[in-house]
Amino acid sequence: MKKLHLGSLSAVALMSALGAPVLADGHAGTLKIGALATLEGTYTQLGEDSIRGITTALEAAGNEIAGRDVEVITVSTDGSPDSALRAARKLVEQDGVDIIIGPLSGSEGIALRDYSKTQPGTTFINGSSGAMETTFVDPSDNFFRFNTDGAQWSVGLGNYVYNEKGYETVATIGEDYSFIYTQVFGFATEYCAAGGEITERFWVPLGTKDFGSIIAALPDDVDAIYLGLGGGDAVNFLNQYQQAGGDANLIGGSIMVDGTVLNSEGSAKAALTGVPSSGMMADTSDDPRWTDFVSLYQDTFDEADRFPAPTLFSLAYYNSTSAMLQCMEAVGGDLSDGQAGFRECLSNLTLEAPNGDIKLDENRQAIGSNFVVEVREQDDGSLATEVVSVIENVNQTLGIDPAAFAAIGLPGRETPVCQSSY
Amino acid sequence: MRDFANRYPVWTGVLALLVVILLWLIFAIWPPGLVDAVGSKKIFLSALFNGITLGGLYFLVASGFTLIFGLMRNVNLAHGTLYLLGGYVGFHTADKTGSWLLAFPVAFVVVGICGVLLQVLVFRRMEGQDLRQTLVTIGISIVVADLMLWGFGGDFFNISPPSWLSGPVETFFVSSVRRSGELVYLKYPMVRIVIFVAAVVVGVAMWLALNKTRIGMMIRAGVDDRDMLSATGARIQIVFIGVFAFGAGLAGIAGVVGGTFQSIAPGEDTRFLLASLVVVIVGGMGSIPGAALGALLIGLAEQFGSVYFPTYAVVLTFLIMVVVLAFRPEGLLGQQK
Repeated sequence: MKKLHLGSLSAVALMSALGAPVLADGHAGTLKIGALATLEGTYTQLGEDSIRGITTALEAAGNEIAGRDVEVITVSTDGSPDSALRAARKLVEQDGVDIIIGPLSGSEGIALRDYSKTQPGTTFINGSSGAMETTFVDPSDNFFRFNTDGAQWSVGLGNYVYNEKGYETVATIGEDYSFIYTQVFGFATEYCAAGGEITERFWVPLGTKDFGSIIAALPDDVDAIYLGLGGGDAVNFLNQYQQAGGDANLIGGSIMVDGTVLNSEGSAKAALTGVPSSGMMADTSDDPRWTDFVSLYQDTFDEADRFPAPTLFSLAYYNSTSAMLQCMEAVGGDLSDGQAGFRECLSNLTLEAPNGDIKLDENRQAIGSNFVVEVREQDDGSLATEVVSVIENVNQTLGIDPAAFAAIGLPGRETPVCQSSY
Repeated sequence: MRDFANRYPVWTGVLALLVVILLWLIFAIWPPGLVDAVGSKKIFLSALFNGITLGGLYFLVASGFTLIFGLMRNVNLAHGTLYLLGGYVGFHTADKTGSWLLAFPVAFVVVGICGVLLQVLVFRRMEGQDLRQTLVTIGISIVVADLMLWGFGGDFFNISPPSWLSGPVETFFVSSVRRSGELVYLKYPMVRIVIFVAAVVVGVAMWLALNKTRIGMMIRAGVDDRDMLSATGARIQIVFIGVFAFGAGLAGIAGVVGGTFQSIAPGEDTRFLLASLVVVIVGGMGSIPGAALGALLIGLAEQFGSVYFPTYAVVLTFLIMVVVLAFRPEGLLGQQK
């Protein structure tokens, strides 16, 4: 990183010395990319791995695009919308980046969609944030999302747990913000339509440390409990859940059974063995594009500096960075005319991603594959998700008629209502 | 006690009634009507016990804070930093040696030494200047928080308790009755019970040390009149250093406790600084029993709030603080000056 920085600095110095115009026409000089990730707070581990996703893609491209050197400026957020806004302001208004990759967390995404409208000169490519509103309501022309959203990540799970697992009643517990609302939205629309019933929904603040009383309040008389927690909250919950002797059937949200939790220290993760879940990837997929990506990730970092395999977050940021690289190549590094050519390319791109082909809809929201998975113990004793089934071409309205979908309302604490048809 | 009953017969009656109701809620088998109205007894009992154990943790942090304030009038706003440092030291000790118990003395000693350094290098140089002390300790807490972020990273750490402490135990409190007439007893995490007992032991030991020993006598004399104590020949600076080291060490131990039943991460320092500020404001600055009462109230408020009205749980803590400040500004057990 330091070397790269020095290199680009000296290149700039040399060009100034020769009197050549620096950054004159938008396709010369260093390309500045802002990386935005949660490097503080509950989602620290997730943020660290997302940066690995960017590094993996850039190192594979030799840290240059269409002849231009790449400078990555990383800023940290803590999962809150205002921290994301502050970080994005610094990147755009102080560092003058051309493209932002990020943010990681749901409500940060909504904040940056609004901010992107005030900065038409910068292209925002979402990192991994998955709130539905980000692209569904009032989308922004320069905000692109190459990952499916939290509701799309839930597709397939409701039918699976109702039909195959036989769970007829479920209570949910989740962090109290937009992404988990979206996850529960996706789960509820499918699960309730299949015939299941959601009896209670518990919401805890992001960054909750003491789950003792919430765990006691979880009902005994349901078939399973849906866990919509991530990062430090997930580890804390599982730890205290085991201390309290909890033994209910569990259903995992997408970031609950992610590598960031399954590889955590301590015995917390043991509760997750056999838990069904769903998301945009499966750890043990045998798709050659996936296995190639896994070895690329493993080769880019020392074993001590990474997870055993890429997580959802390194994958999402890798995909966003790959999309950017492909389109920069396509336009020959030319970002002139308000980045028009580059954005045109992004809008029409079909990304051959490690987790299947991804293309964007008219709101610049990804349409892609979704995986129903189950956590199983691997031969080496670690835990990983294994594919149960794959659903292709999942769009943002989850296959529901767009008008009926809009009538359900936006994801919230009590939305959607659990009913048999939507 | 009898004085209080004679002076405030009405309040005594109300308090006695509340205690009776509480005891009934804890020991009786709840009638179905009550269960329909406020939820199952299991939820109530768990919130009650969790509030008490959380109060135990807050007491460990806040007692050091209040002790230091009571004796030296030092407002040490780096107290949360000492808590977090204790947590990190405890985690790495437990991780390297594999011994959970060893983490406590190590954290106590390391953080205690930091406390001595703070007292010798910072507070002694600005004795009696509240504003400067406050600003300098805020500065120190920000710098050290960033240094710890640099040194330990932004991850959350969880100190695993030994296997004999993990898992639940069955208590003798009846939580409900099955249809068959069989009694269901409440299960409660072992580790929380141990932590609560430890907090009580520390509290009682502190009270005894302050009230029954020669050192305690010197400390109490120092709280009342520092100048007179040093005029009698007591080496007041040594006492100050000792108290500061002990108060800081307690924060370190609390860090290990907090890392065991919650987790430690950047940001926890300000959370616990705020918690101990609220606790000592509610309980009364400088009073150990006040810290215990304040910690209990705040712990209970947080847990009952998170179960019965989750949206406003955060407000409840501060509501208590506002009410106390409005009606008894010196704190519930603070001395009127």
